[in-house]
Amino acid sequence: GGSLTKLAYYSTVQHKVARVRSFDHSGKDIENEPLYEISVQEEITARLHFIKFENTYIETCLDFIKDHLVNTETKVIKATGGGAYKFKDLIEKKLGLKVDKEDVMTCLIKGCNFVLRNIPHEVFAYQRDSDTEFRFQTNHPNIFPYLLVNIGSGVSIVKVETEDKFEWIGGSSIGGGTFWGLGALLTKTKKFDELLQLASKGQHTNVDMLVKDVYGGAYQTLGLSGNLIASSFGKSTTADKEFSKEDMAKSLLHMISNDIGQLACLYAKLHNLDKIYFGGFFIRGHPVTMRTITYSINFFSKGEVQALFLRHEGYLGAIGAFLKGAEQDNPNQYSWGENYAGSSGLMSTSPDVYPMQRTRSGTFDMLEMDRLERPLVNLPLLKDPSTYIPDTVDLTDDAMARKYWLTCFEEALDGVAKRAAASQPDSGDALERAEKFRQKYWNKLQTLRQQPFAYGTLTVRSLLDTREHCLNEFNFPDPYSKVKQKENGIALKCFQSVIESLDSLGWEERQFALVKGLLAGNVFDWGAKAVSDVLESEPQFGFEEAKSKLQERPWLEDSYSQWLQRLKEGPPHKCALIFADNSGIDIILGVFPFVRELLSRGTEVILACNSGPALNDVTYSESLIVAERIAAMDTVIHSALRDEKLLLVQTGSSSPCLDLSRLDQGLAALVRERNTDLVIIEGMGRAIHTNYYAVLKCESLKLAVIKNSWLADRLGGKIFSVIFKYEVPCQ
Amino acid sequence: VFPWFGLDIGGTLVKLVYFEPKDITAEEEEEEVENLKSIRKYLTSNVAYGSTGIRDVHLELRDLTLCGRKGNLHFIRFPTHDMPAFIQMGSEKHFSSLHTTLCATGGGAYKFEQDFRTMGDLELCKLDELDCLIKGVLYIDSVGFNGHSECYYFENPTDAERCQKLPFNLENPYPLLLVNIGSGVSILAVYSKENYKRVTGTSLGGGTFFGLCCLLTGCSTFEEALEMASHGDSTKVDKLVRDIYGGDYERFGLPGWAVASSFGNMMSKEKRESVSKEDLAKATLITITNNIGSIARMCALNENINRVVFVGNFLRINTISMRLLAYALDYWSKGQLKALFLEHEGYFGAVGALLELLDSA
Repeated sequence: GGSLTKLAYYSTVQHKVARVRSFDHSGKDIENEPLYEISVQEEITARLHFIKFENTYIETCLDFIKDHLVNTETKVIKATGGGAYKFKDLIEKKLGLKVDKEDVMTCLIKGCNFVLRNIPHEVFAYQRDSDTEFRFQTNHPNIFPYLLVNIGSGVSIVKVETEDKFEWIGGSSIGGGTFWGLGALLTKTKKFDELLQLASKGQHTNVDMLVKDVYGGAYQTLGLSGNLIASSFGKSTTADKEFSKEDMAKSLLHMISNDIGQLACLYAKLHNLDKIYFGGFFIRGHPVTMRTITYSINFFSKGEVQALFLRHEGYLGAIGAFLKGAEQDNPNQYSWGENYAGSSGLMSTSPDVYPMQRTRSGTFDMLEMDRLERPLVNLPLLKDPSTYIPDTVDLTDDAMARKYWLTCFEEALDGVAKRAAASQPDSGDALERAEKFRQKYWNKLQTLRQQPFAYGTLTVRSLLDTREHCLNEFNFPDPYSKVKQKENGIALKCFQSVIESLDSLGWEERQFALVKGLLAGNVFDWGAKAVSDVLESEPQFGFEEAKSKLQERPWLEDSYSQWLQRLKEGPPHKCALIFADNSGIDIILGVFPFVRELLSRGTEVILACNSGPALNDVTYSESLIVAERIAAMDTVIHSALRDEKLLLVQTGSSSPCLDLSRLDQGLAALVRERNTDLVIIEGMGRAIHTNYYAVLKCESLKLAVIKNSWLADRLGGKIFSVIFKYEVPCQ
Repeated sequence: VFPWFGLDIGGTLVKLVYFEPKDITAEEEEEEVENLKSIRKYLTSNVAYGSTGIRDVHLELRDLTLCGRKGNLHFIRFPTHDMPAFIQMGSEKHFSSLHTTLCATGGGAYKFEQDFRTMGDLELCKLDELDCLIKGVLYIDSVGFNGHSECYYFENPTDAERCQKLPFNLENPYPLLLVNIGSGVSILAVYSKENYKRVTGTSLGGGTFFGLCCLLTGCSTFEEALEMASHGDSTKVDKLVRDIYGGDYERFGLPGWAVASSFGNMMSKEKRESVSKEDLAKATLITITNNIGSIARMCALNENINRVVFVGNFLRINTISMRLLAYALDYWSKGQLKALFLEHEGYFGAVGALLELLDSA
């Protein structure tokens, strides 16, 4: 690019993962042995890295490439942008690689498609007068067609219809170069950023002729407000008056932004498109230009079209060039996830607000994306994937909630770091790494306090996920593995007596006991500070104690009667999909008895657990062992597993929350194949922080115990209040 | 009742049309008050008024029949900032004693209404500027320009050698896109005499060209700005497609000569120091003109209209812009759109106001 070099590269990352493996128990003393073996192994995963360098430091950038270039097979480096010509010789000489120049616009669009498809909350609208200016958008399952307006030195307007089909439909010569060039002539200010700064301080009304300057007020017949600009620079038509630099810069900014917005709207109308993404150096994270473009689009489209911007706009060309070079192993066939630990996030470059971050984003900015094991897709049972928002509370929007949760995560951090260190007693550097983790996550939290929009919409989920990413970064793949192992062992020992006591109850009593058991099991959540304090201090705290903590009916959200009636009067469900939460008592004494009852009714069950560890949530591999052990004790579970009436699957996620728009492809296929007609979501992370308002095409049950007094208070209840939300889709 | 005036008070210029009756009978002559005579004499015997008022003699329409009267139509303009002096003069000449209605349009009809009342003891009849504009265009085109065609176009606009101005018959004018370039720009889609809508407008108009030229070159009149532009070379200021790609950008079908970034070369300090005022004036003119062409073209496509009529005082003595508009419309629409021009460029609003006066009488 004109001032920055954006580098995209692919690497394999070696990191530690926790594995569980069943012991061969034959002939051993089962009583005193742990349930299964835990081991930490090295795993290699693929990662995409994107880094920005200032062109002034092109040599540093090339050194960096040289140091990281481990694959000697690499013979070619793909390059795009004006610098591809300018630095060609330098790159070829220094790296010994052939520079392959790629078309700028093709790269830009390839990159754009990639981020739109793979990064949640990539797209945002800019809102001037809100507490946080960025409004992130839900990723639409179908990203095409869209209009890309690239405002570089000129303006290119491109219509993108499919992955490979795009068309230049127009452009304008009045663009960023006009602002910069004309601005430099008018104000003698040389730098683009300084011009923007001047503009943000100016009064355009001193230079522009407004409608009210012509009419004395509004032009009422046409409904044109008196403050509208009738003629840009219409007041400077005189040789004997001086105008301030700030005022001229502001007037110029308005003139150019309005003009681009108007043309973009005219093209959008002609081609019947309603999604317009803006990019190019004129826009690149500058609140001033995003604001004027947004205003202009609003004005000219009469609110029908929204101006949209991209978080990683600056990387599009580099991503596209990379994709062109990686066609043999096409990255588009995989799903990718933004790694919050390795990405610097969107920085406000507003000159007035955050001068510190501004310099930082100018010199060093990065994005990392992990290749996911398997492709992720929408849950087929989502009512409307295009409007589905997983998260219940938008913390970018809700300042009170944001403050509370950031503090909450800060306060819990020491404990998490301690537990992480304790989880690897045999490792010499565990303490040191735990401290590094603590530092990193602490810094992330501070960044988010300042700039809540850095990684898209701030939510409890993103805070939790960021913590998991940071833990992984410092090789703490599963700090709760031993806790889970122990709790699973203890709970399994109680399984049979719990089942016996349930079986002794009458039908109606049993249904209530099952639900209560599920809820009580859900109390065992190491992610909730209120609970982890209890669990740390009272090791004997068990299933019965948990039951006694639960709120009495009527619950805070209580549609139990409707659920009971449904069970009584309706036919058995064909297939239930259950998203499980915690290890130990939750899964073994809460979920499995419930599953067993469903199976007995003739309902098939898909039990979905996380692919990777998060807190004390049960993982898919743990669930396999647990199911095997239970099957050995229980004929219902045994035959259901054998006959494939009970299926254990992985979610594709490693988050304590649940995004129903990014689930393992295999799970989605199974859900469809088995005609799933009931979805059960359990736990605070999956049913309250996320999906509380999710609308499904089939019956659903959302249950959780609120283990946080602030959240309970918000929802109008007390700690350990119960949420039991049974929903039937309206016809 | 004479005198018959039509007034259009714009953001930069005031346009005044005056009907001079040539069929005054002896009887009428006798009844005519002294004031009226002196006004007629003042207007028709001068070509300049004060230091800034000008009569465009070459536009005068002779032997016109209006409301059963024969006479000549005169076209006069002066800067809007001299409006107070104009009202003052009206007051000194006791215009109000003539008991005539003064029909005015343009934003200034609203802005100066109070001044007319208090300083000139005159009640304005305020008229909508777009109504007047369309009325004026249709009327002048129908009566023709002293036996010649009012409307014209440029043949072979894409060929500088063979390009020539030719009359155009606007007998069946509808639908047409009317682009009025004054200080700012208004774009109207006209479907019939009564049925029209304002499609859009842009603030990048004549005022922008002139305003930017004043700042960039220190000039002080529109004529001076145009004169400078005619001697400049905009390719020194603008970044062309060929400056970036070495030639045409074939991937997008963009010719090398197209402007990629207006003032784009001015990002560089050395180039800023090497351009002349004339180059800057020319680049400003090209930038504004191309942009108007571009917006007009998009509106024509969206409204499905293929004739675009450009009017307004930005085009006065401005052949560069007219030819460029003709060229740009033809080139970018692949010959589908035609740019048309009218001889009385900026006076249609004032003519419309005069016609309203006669209609109301």
